[in-house]
Amino acid sequence: MTSFLSANAELIITIVKIALLLFIVLTANAYLTWFERKVVAHIQSRWGPHRVGPHGLLQPLADGAKFLFKEDPTPAGVDKFVYHLAPLLALTLALTAIAIIPFGPNPIRLFGHDIYLGIASPDLNIGILALFAITALGVYGVALAGWSSNSKYPLMGGLRSSAQMISYELALTMSVVGVLLMAGTFNLRDIIKAQAGPGIFGWPGIFGWNIWPQLLGFFCFFVAAIAETNRAPFDLPEAEQELVAGFNTEYASFKFAMFFIAEYTSMITVSCLCSIMFFGGWLSPFPDTWTFTHYLPSAILIPFGLWVIWDGIRYETILGRIMLPGLGTAIAGLGAVFVLFPVVNEFIQGPFWLLSKIFIFLFVYVWMRGTLPRFRYDQLMAFGWKLLLPASIVNVITTSFVILKWGAK
Amino acid sequence: MTPQLAVFFVLAALAVAGAISLILQKHPIHSALSLIVVMVALAGLYLLLGAEFVAAVQIIVYGGAIMVLFVFVIMLLNAGVEEHTSISKMAGGPGLLLVVALGGFIAATIARSSESVQAAEQTGTLSSTRGISSMIFKDFVYPFELTSFLILVAILGATVLAQREKS
Repeated sequence: MTSFLSANAELIITIVKIALLLFIVLTANAYLTWFERKVVAHIQSRWGPHRVGPHGLLQPLADGAKFLFKEDPTPAGVDKFVYHLAPLLALTLALTAIAIIPFGPNPIRLFGHDIYLGIASPDLNIGILALFAITALGVYGVALAGWSSNSKYPLMGGLRSSAQMISYELALTMSVVGVLLMAGTFNLRDIIKAQAGPGIFGWPGIFGWNIWPQLLGFFCFFVAAIAETNRAPFDLPEAEQELVAGFNTEYASFKFAMFFIAEYTSMITVSCLCSIMFFGGWLSPFPDTWTFTHYLPSAILIPFGLWVIWDGIRYETILGRIMLPGLGTAIAGLGAVFVLFPVVNEFIQGPFWLLSKIFIFLFVYVWMRGTLPRFRYDQLMAFGWKLLLPASIVNVITTSFVILKWGAK
Repeated sequence: MTPQLAVFFVLAALAVAGAISLILQKHPIHSALSLIVVMVALAGLYLLLGAEFVAAVQIIVYGGAIMVLFVFVIMLLNAGVEEHTSISKMAGGPGLLLVVALGGFIAATIARSSESVQAAEQTGTLSSTRGISSMIFKDFVYPFELTSFLILVAILGATVLAQREKS
């Protein structure tokens, strides 16, 4: 038994990592829907979900159960093979993409193996290209779903999505070239490392990030990425006022949920990429010498946990009075662990900053959905081809000239 | 059998099966999907040879961009199931002969090559992005630029031809 374990250690570690990441991503997905509904509701002066569990916290569970138990009819006249393949393709590709993201700088030493956070090998030297390759295939899920449904609105949604993704993929790829030129590598870890040293004016910390020299690149990347994930204000493939629900109209039950999960997973991937490419990934915004900022995770978690407990004991339902203080204790306890064990605290610095940045980008995603109206179709095309693509090309040329004249840093 | 060889056979079988399915499928979308399988399997083979950059580009350009356009056009035109005609005399006679000749030629070449077929070195010029870019932009810069110019001309020509005449 031991010999089997040690012989296949790498394989077993990878499988465990995949299972763990899958669990984390799916849970994050579920609570992202809750978060989105809450934030959009508050933007629109509503309460959002608040019936199932305290503050609607059990709503994602209820939704999941509902997806599982709904009837799953196959409409007449669909292309059966492609109809069943499409949601599977969308979900698989979305989940594969997130496997390439590295989540922390330092490995955990366990059973004599260095275990890195993130599934892909730490020296995967085509990192960002592999990600683009996977997202390039992602369009098939939507396009084929629209076509195979044998129905006019899904077909329109599928067509719109294909056209949109082809148009914006160019700008998306061009906009990161600036970052790649500055880092000189495709490896996501090395791209983060390249942002560490002193940046503009030789200032440390946040000033070393790519966002300052690559502001235009970031603008192009973020807009194109939102369009690639089919989110508002670029959600034309599922514009409900025009196309019922777009490409997924004919899908019900868990097949619909698969598209849903794919979309939210892509949002998480894009947020990871924005943080890594332009915002220093797991690097702290503060100079290295400010060691007191290492207590920031605890300084956020402990008060937040205490506030959740305080909110919980005054909650009107019994479930809430049990659940919320429990949750608050867990959050505050996590913060206390970070204070009490300096080793743990040092280790979580990287993941803490990366997750914070990802969270901010997810918030921006939801914020934009609550704020901006949808583009008209011709506006979408004109914007992609006439503004975004030229802007990203200008960015590439300018960056190349600057690097040629003054060197990469 | 080494793991590499096993993966090679799986990917090669996938590519060949995709190619055969591409011809035999009745519906254009199914044919296009088969072609995507071929592209992705080929990318897997490149990866196996240590040419990571080429593999990624293969998927991005062929698997992604070009095949999406194929699928898009098939969807847009709403092409139905194609009609099958009986096999042409040209394909039955000289075609079959040519297939046998080509197959024999490839088999003979492989049989005659002295060294056994093996995976390329991981550090070859073609595998690294730097190597590829220095080849494209230093050694073969004129052929490369000429090709891009040719493509540009073709794009402009297509746009002009597709343009509606002004009444």
